[in-house]
Amino acid sequence: MIKGRTSRLLVLAAIWAALIAAPYWMPLFGGYTALGSRVLVLALGAMSVNFLLGFTGTLSFGHAAWFGLGAYGAGFCLKWFALSSPLGLLAGTLLGGIAGTLLGALLVRRRGVYFAMVTIAFGQVFYYIAFQWSSVTGGDDGLRGFSRQPLHLGFTTIDLLNNADAFYYFVLVCFAAAVGLMGFILRSPFGRTMIAIRENERRARFLGIPVELHIWIAFSLSCFFMAFAGALYAELNNFADPRVLHYALSGDFVIMAVMGGMRTFWGPLLGAIVFVVLQDYLSSVTVNWMSFIGILIVLIVLFFPRGILGLIRQRSAA
Amino acid sequence: MNVLEVKNVSKRFGNLVAVRDVSLTVKKGELRAVIGPNGAGKTTFFNLISGFFPPSAGTVIFEDMDVTDLSAQKRVVLGMARTFQITEIFPELSVYENVRIGAESAAGFRLRPWLSAVEKSEIRNLVDETLALCGLTDKAGRLVGELAHGHQRATEIAMALTLRPRLLLLDEPTSGMGDQETYEITQLVRRLHRDSNFTIVLIEHDMRVVFHLADFITVLDQGALLAEGTPKEIEANPAVQAAYLGKAA
Repeated sequence: MIKGRTSRLLVLAAIWAALIAAPYWMPLFGGYTALGSRVLVLALGAMSVNFLLGFTGTLSFGHAAWFGLGAYGAGFCLKWFALSSPLGLLAGTLLGGIAGTLLGALLVRRRGVYFAMVTIAFGQVFYYIAFQWSSVTGGDDGLRGFSRQPLHLGFTTIDLLNNADAFYYFVLVCFAAAVGLMGFILRSPFGRTMIAIRENERRARFLGIPVELHIWIAFSLSCFFMAFAGALYAELNNFADPRVLHYALSGDFVIMAVMGGMRTFWGPLLGAIVFVVLQDYLSSVTVNWMSFIGILIVLIVLFFPRGILGLIRQRSAA
Repeated sequence: MNVLEVKNVSKRFGNLVAVRDVSLTVKKGELRAVIGPNGAGKTTFFNLISGFFPPSAGTVIFEDMDVTDLSAQKRVVLGMARTFQITEIFPELSVYENVRIGAESAAGFRLRPWLSAVEKSEIRNLVDETLALCGLTDKAGRLVGELAHGHQRATEIAMALTLRPRLLLLDEPTSGMGDQETYEITQLVRRLHRDSNFTIVLIEHDMRVVFHLADFITVLDQGALLAEGTPKEIEANPAVQAAYLGKAA
């Protein structure tokens, strides 16, 4: 027991040390700080998808909808309402999270493929709204004319726009807060009911757990996390376009979660690192980068169905 | 006091009448066995009691309250717990975690973001007590999915017990088990009935188990009530013998 706990703490310490030191070691491997920020933001998205997929057993194939609404929410706020990076994040999180909560109420009775289909449909509705409503969203050209703002802390001001390292640490703090909250929820009595539903919905129901209500809450929480990631994404790029709402991006998040290991908490982070770094590297070599990632996914799903982290766990347990 | 009153329930699936006009009354502290040949409608009857699906006709009354239209989940909250013929557990969690989920749900903690130290120790005590009662203390840390069938079934019963049910429904608790496992589960059910005074309704096909345990027996045949009485009366009933031995009589 104690050995298990110690090794878990060591792994946690290693993960955070690697993330904190990333701006210093990444250049050694040809990386750059903005890539690190991108990894963190997409990893948070993948972990939000996995919060639902890996721990409640519910596959949403339209989570880009809440990610994209988060991005547009942050963009609208920074462009028209308030020149503040944290307020932009708040606005995006609320827009995507509330929309997800309201629409989530309509899908809690659906299961499996039907749940996934309805989530895709919701996502595409928002995609076409963003695409068509040019006067507000900028249409296909995307929402431009906003940028992340310096962070005023009272005693000092941090320039997030021009200092890539400063923005990386801003993203890292946001990531840590969101991921910490996720871990906290999963260890709570409520989190245990999510896992109960994943493991056996009928048994959960016959223990007196109102399954639909709990799936709805888990879905809503996941939407808020997702929208938060989307808002960070808008501030990362100083830009939002309809592709952040498209189901192709939803698919990317699912791929990151499955590749990394969807029954594990940190798996999607690993999946996001592999996905984003490969995408960055391969897309500079060939326009057909997606086919290489596709082959990798097929290999992982065929040979390591529990994902990369699942494989590492198995090895270390054996 | 009557814990359960089932009045004239029927269940139709299309043209098939799975349960036809069956009534049943179970008193507090009673252990009732429901028996019958394969296809007699025993499990369907159980599903009507536990709210798995609603009856086509008739009423189900639990502790003087009409629960006919309530969902299964609401009936559990009222104090009706059940196990299934094919064990329903959380296979990738440990025995302890399985039982804790039941305990936390029953304590009304299912939506809580955290528990106080007192609440945590209350839950731990309830889980430990229940595990001891079901003979699972030394298996607490094992994954349920890796255990022998008998221990999985005992875990399922332990989960139901954490709900502190005033009616416990056991669907073929010894199905698919060897002699030793059957003996252990029978002893467990006996302890729950004799020592802990649970009101229990169980479906069983193993007649040794039934005649050993039950206060009263209800016999179903082709969806209808065939006979009802003490084990002695049932044993001597010619209609029951005919149903079990064939249609010759």
